Amino acid sequence: MDQIKRILGVLWLLLAIVVAYYSVFYFGIPKITSEAQEDIVFGVIILCVLTPIISLGLGFFGYFALSGAYDKKEQ
Amino acid sequence: MNEQIETKSILKVIGISSLGTLIEWYDFYIFGSLAVVLSTKFFPLENPTAAFLSTLATFGAGFVVRPFGALFFGSMGDLIGRKFTFIMTLTLMGGSTFLIGCIPSYAQWGYAAPALVLLLRLLQGLALGGQYGGAATYVAEHAPEGKRGYWTSWIQTTATLGLFVSLMVIFSVKNILTEADFDAWGWRIPFLLSIFLVFISFWIKRYMDESPVFQKAKKEGKTSKSPIRDSFGNKYNLKYILLALFGAVLGQGVIWYTGQFYAMTYMKKVMEVQTDQVDLLLGIALLIATPFFVFFGWLSDKVGRKWIMLLGMALAVITYRPIYEQMYQTTNTDNKTEMVNQTKVSSQKLSRSYGEEHQQITTKKYTDGTVYRLVQTTQVKPDKTEVTYHSNTKTITPKDRNMLCFYTFLQVLYITMVYGPIAAFLVDLFPAKLRYTSMSFPYHIGNGVFGGLLPAVSTYLVSNAQINNDPQFYLAGLWYPIAISGVCFIIGAIYIDKSFIKHK
Repeated sequence: MDQIKRILGVLWLLLAIVVAYYSVFYFGIPKITSEAQEDIVFGVIILCVLTPIISLGLGFFGYFALSGAYDKKEQ
Repeated sequence: MNEQIETKSILKVIGISSLGTLIEWYDFYIFGSLAVVLSTKFFPLENPTAAFLSTLATFGAGFVVRPFGALFFGSMGDLIGRKFTFIMTLTLMGGSTFLIGCIPSYAQWGYAAPALVLLLRLLQGLALGGQYGGAATYVAEHAPEGKRGYWTSWIQTTATLGLFVSLMVIFSVKNILTEADFDAWGWRIPFLLSIFLVFISFWIKRYMDESPVFQKAKKEGKTSKSPIRDSFGNKYNLKYILLALFGAVLGQGVIWYTGQFYAMTYMKKVMEVQTDQVDLLLGIALLIATPFFVFFGWLSDKVGRKWIMLLGMALAVITYRPIYEQMYQTTNTDNKTEMVNQTKVSSQKLSRSYGEEHQQITTKKYTDGTVYRLVQTTQVKPDKTEVTYHSNTKTITPKDRNMLCFYTFLQVLYITMVYGPIAAFLVDLFPAKLRYTSMSFPYHIGNGVFGGLLPAVSTYLVSNAQINNDPQFYLAGLWYPIAISGVCFIIGAIYIDKSFIKHK
């Protein structure tokens, strides 16, 4: 199980990068540069609030998982 | 005898904490429950969709600052004590809510009105960010061993009951006043009632004792000198904060806000059901489901907390789309037979501050008793430009109302599974000296940020899908809670381990 936890750490790191990429280039920038107010509100929420938490948080989580911080023997 | 005294003492702790927390949630949620009417009071009327989204964003702003409240008041609670912090947050919340009820409208004060609302909403968010973790920690630290899940689940009922009380207060005020009076000034009453919270918080203070676990830690010099640094600056604690966030609280947060707030927004805005009918059916569903918080809290003491929470997440991921499909189709007038000879069309001209307004009202009746009122409003500005928008409402039948009540109940049931045991789960995860800060922060990121922004994000996804002619546009808002709950389920299932839970 500890091995699976470590291997999946890579997946969380990759997911953090993919989320950041799509959030910035597909949901964030195109929306905040739009003229519609509802698009701008959505873009700000995605770009300034949700993306930093998901990408940084998931990135750190992935790093911890990869380095074995969640192994049973570590507790 | 000792057991009797112990039970009496824990009942007092539960009673005081639950009362305080319930009123706090009430204060926080009346803003959301009145979102539709607030959007017409504090924002320009020219674009109702933008005004509603701005209201949801202001509502969401209160959620976004909750983690900062968790850090500020959490560290205060770990440094000074649970009792003092608890009272402070209650007073701040009561004062802010009362003042929202006093702010003049956009028509009177212009942009100063929404700016002040936003400021007070931020103060509400900070107060709640500090309050919930304190109440959960306070109760858990008084609870007998092996019963944390059961006793803290009473605190967990207060969020749903707070929403229920807010809906019922609004419903009562609406029924006492005429529609015109409620629209003119009656909507302020639920906010103004919060002044009582300030008095209640001082009354509560007289009956509260400091948490025994905190007192002991303080006596032994084991409290933290810098809870924020100790919580986030040390890898051992930080990894648990991240695990709590990505393995439990994110999923719990989005499920909570989907089942209660998004369901409400969805029925009102997407399905166009009459506001009063939605408030009532949601209130009934909340009331019927509330005992399950205590049941799942109790069960989590017996069988463990992890799989109860994860089962709630799995059910949400699998069944949200079918549930919302059924909800939508229940009141979809395409599935009903219209009595064409009873259709009425009327029109009226209204004079507004920004020009003239022409309204065309079409009332359609259906064989099952549904009444669909379609209002097309055309605003004519002084420069003769025209803006047209639609605001439609359905008055649904008792049969349809019962079906919607059942589907909402199912969603609230999932909430009780993920939310009932979570306070005990978080308390167990962190040591007493950092508990208030460490448990409050992920809780408010998950619930405040990811949950609180859910109605705004999901409503946007629906309207965007509608613009793009997606035939199932009404389900588009669910991708957000489904994706987050799905990832959270996988992380929780793999990484949460019994050996992590070892703090008294």
